[in-house]
Amino acid sequence: MSLPWETVIGLEVHVQLKTRTKLFCGCANKYGADPNTLVCPICLGLPGVLPVLNRQAFALAVRAGVALGCEVANVTKFDRKNYYYPDLPKGYQISQYDRPVNRKGRLEISMPAANKNIGITRVHLEEDAGKLIHPDTEGSSGVSFVDLNRAGVPLVEIVSEPDMRSPDEAHAYLAALKEILQYVDISDCDMEKGSLRCDANVSIRRPGDDKLGVKTEIKNLNSFKSVAKALAYEAARHASIIEGGGKVQQVTLTWDAIAEKTVVLRSKEEAHDYRYFPEPDLVHIQADAAFVERIRQALPEKPAARRDRYVKELGLPAYDAGVLTGDKELAALFDKLRGEGLAPKVASNWVMKHVLAAMNEKKIAATTFTDKTRRIAELAKKVEAKQITGQTGAEIFAWILGTPETASVDEHILKQGLAQVSDAGALEAIVRDVIAKNPKVVADYKSGKPSAVQALVGQVMRETKGKANASVAKDLLVKALEC
Amino acid sequence: MTRHLYPLFSLRMDITRPLVEKVALLARLEIPPADADRVAAQLGRIVTMVETLNKLDTKGVEPLSNPTGLVDAFRSDEPRPSLSRDEALANAPDKVEMFLRVPRVVE
Repeated sequence: MSLPWETVIGLEVHVQLKTRTKLFCGCANKYGADPNTLVCPICLGLPGVLPVLNRQAFALAVRAGVALGCEVANVTKFDRKNYYYPDLPKGYQISQYDRPVNRKGRLEISMPAANKNIGITRVHLEEDAGKLIHPDTEGSSGVSFVDLNRAGVPLVEIVSEPDMRSPDEAHAYLAALKEILQYVDISDCDMEKGSLRCDANVSIRRPGDDKLGVKTEIKNLNSFKSVAKALAYEAARHASIIEGGGKVQQVTLTWDAIAEKTVVLRSKEEAHDYRYFPEPDLVHIQADAAFVERIRQALPEKPAARRDRYVKELGLPAYDAGVLTGDKELAALFDKLRGEGLAPKVASNWVMKHVLAAMNEKKIAATTFTDKTRRIAELAKKVEAKQITGQTGAEIFAWILGTPETASVDEHILKQGLAQVSDAGALEAIVRDVIAKNPKVVADYKSGKPSAVQALVGQVMRETKGKANASVAKDLLVKALEC
Repeated sequence: MTRHLYPLFSLRMDITRPLVEKVALLARLEIPPADADRVAAQLGRIVTMVETLNKLDTKGVEPLSNPTGLVDAFRSDEPRPSLSRDEALANAPDKVEMFLRVPRVVE
C-alpha cells in the first residue's frame, strides 16, 4: 500500500550503581527498605548541608564508560538540573551537563543479518529521584505519597546515538547493555526493581533520507517487552499520521502496557526548561590516565570475548558457550570445574545439565555451587571412567548439593553401594532372570526385532537400581539370546 | 564553536512581563497579575546592575564554577546512620503513616 519507512531509535538508559551508599551522602543504597528510613539532611535537601561525592560511584561510572569503549574525560564536573516535582526534595537534580564523565563509546549488538555497532553519545553520573506512589484507595484520589529512600541513589545515564533501525535492534541493544553492565558488576540491571530504566526516542523517515523525522519520546518503559512493543506501536502511529497527510507532533509519551498504546504525557510547549548551571557545592573531578588505566586493567573479560574464547580455544559448541557466558557466575563455575581437571566439554555438560536443572528447580544462584566444585569434578570423573552410571551420577549430584564439601563422595558410593556393576559374573544371574520373566520380548527379539533387547536392558537397569553398566548388560543379554 | 551552555545566565536579556510569568511558573511562585509589571521592572534593574560585570575584560580567563580551586573531593563508600522516619518527616507540611503526602501529580 505504501512506501517503506525507516524507523530511527535512540535510547536513554538509567542504571542504578551497585554502591553501599548514596551518591552524595552516607545513607544506604538499598532496595525495599521501609519508606523514608534511608534519608538524611543531605538527600532530603535540608538547608545548609553540602554534598560530597562517593568515590566508588565515580569509579563505577568510569568503569561503565571504559566497558562501553568511551573516552573518559580528564576533568568532569556536576551541574544542577532544575525542576519542581515532589520526588525531588532539593528542587534540582545534581547531574552532568557539558562535561560528562564519559563520551563517544559503542556497543556491539548481534542481529541475525550481521553484528552492528551502536554509538554511545555519553555516559554521565547523576542522582536518582525519590519514588511516588499514586494510591487508588477510597479518599486518596487527589494525593500522591512520597518515599525518598531512592532520592540520591547513584545512577549512570547512558545515551545512545540514534543508530537503531528497528524495535528488534533496540531490544538487542538493551540486552547487550544489560549483559555487559552486569558482567562488569556495576549494576544489578533489574528492570522489575527499577535498577535499569529506559526511555526511547523514535522517529521515521524514508530510507535514504539524511534528515531525521520529528521524534517522540516514550518514558519509563519498564520491561524489554514493553520497549519493543511501544517502539513498534509508535513507529506505526507515525507512519499512519504522515500517510494520512498529517504531521507528527514532538511530544513526550508514556506506554500503557495494559491498553498497549502510547499516551501523551506532555507537549513540546509544556517541555521542561531545566536551566542547567554548574553545581557550586561540588568541585571538579580529575580522572588521570593512571586511574582510568587501573580501572581498564581490572575490567573482567567481556561476555562476547569470553564466548569466542570458549569456542575457539576450548572447542565448546557455540550453544554451550552462549549459555555459559550468559551468566557470569555460571561461566566462573565452568572455569572452576576446568581448574579441577575436567575437560571443557565434560565441565560444560555438567554445568548445562545438572547445575542449570538444579538452579531452575530450586531457584538458586550459580554461586551456590562455587564451594562444591571439587566434589562435582570428582563425581564427573567417576562417571567418565564408568565407575558409576550417569543416572547414579545425577543422584550423587543431588546428594552433594545437600552436604558440606567435607563429605566424601567415595565413602557415600561405598556406603550406598552405588558403584557401577560392570562385572559380568555379577550381572549374569540378573540377565538370566530378566530373560526368563519376559518371554514376549524375547520372542520379539528372536522373530527379527533386535531393538527389543533395549527393553531387556531397561529391566536389568531396574533390577540393579540403575547401577548396571548398560553396555555390559546389553552384551550379556545378546549373548544369552543368541545361544 | 561558541555555544551558550547556560542560556538563562549567559544571554543578555530584557526582563519582560512574559519572562517574569515563565520564571515564576518554573519556580512555582505565584505573582499576582497586578504586581507582574512592577516585578519585571525591578528584576530588570537588578539584572542591569549585575551586567556591569560584563565591563570586566575576561579575555583569556577560564570560567570558574567553584572558587576554592580544589579538585577531587571524595568520601568513601561507607554507610552512615540515616535519620529516623519521625525526624525525617517532622517538618513535612503533610504526611500519612510512613509517607509524605502531596497533591496528586499525575491523573
